[in-house]
Amino acid sequence: MNPGADLVVPALLLSAGLFAIGVVGVFLRRNVITVFMCVELMLNAVNLAFIAFSRWRGTLDGQLLVFFVLTVAAAEAAVGLAIIIAAQRNRDTLDLDAFNILKW
Amino acid sequence: MTIDAVFFYVFAAVAVGSALVVVGQRHPTYSAFALIVTLCSLSAVFGLLGSPFIAVLQVVVYAGAIMVLFLFVLMLLSVKREDSPARRAWGMKATAIALGAVLVAQVGSVLAASARGTAAAPGFNASTGQVARLLFSPAYLYVFEATSILILAALVGAVALAKRET
Repeated sequence: MNPGADLVVPALLLSAGLFAIGVVGVFLRRNVITVFMCVELMLNAVNLAFIAFSRWRGTLDGQLLVFFVLTVAAAEAAVGLAIIIAAQRNRDTLDLDAFNILKW
Repeated sequence: MTIDAVFFYVFAAVAVGSALVVVGQRHPTYSAFALIVTLCSLSAVFGLLGSPFIAVLQVVVYAGAIMVLFLFVLMLLSVKREDSPARRAWGMKATAIALGAVLVAQVGSVLAASARGTAAAPGFNASTGQVARLLFSPAYLYVFEATSILILAALVGAVALAKRET
């Protein structure tokens, strides 16, 4: 039983591709929620890299890092979406250019 | 090519395709649904890499909890289709895509080079029991407890931020 032993390098390439797609989305899209989803996509690409390296090294620490990234992503999504709701209430738009009210 | 590799490439193609839909789609609701497809196919990739625990967690937490939160917010706010003003000229898009391709090449070559040469470790076992044993070992126990405080803080913060000021 040696599942996925020869899939490590393709998985890392997939991770790089998904991360770049997320970066392009952050730069191209104007809607805050879409940009936020692209950030989630980048987090997932990093998770895939963690899993692939965990498989390659044969240790479980990468799995736990993904576990913590998942919990932090859940907290981040909750707070981020609350900020989006509050800002939308203030500005009545979801355009990223209007979101300059978080600075001093 | 083993059956695992065939499944891997099928799910990888679905993940990349739906990720492109997430980025290319102008309406956020369709982006959210495409992202759910990406997350579920990534869960299958995790399973193929021998990590069943993370694969299930991916579906439950990401595709379940987080994306439902996104869809709630999308339904709460009146989200319109993103219009394309003149400043989003296609020259800018081409630049972004070209820079994205450069990023794929760089990150991909670095990641792949770091794992090439030696073979993957044999006898990999990432069952839920094994992962839990490491999670509750002294190395990670305090980090695990700290995340519970983080989630509590996020919970209180989200309620305080989204509440209408009276």
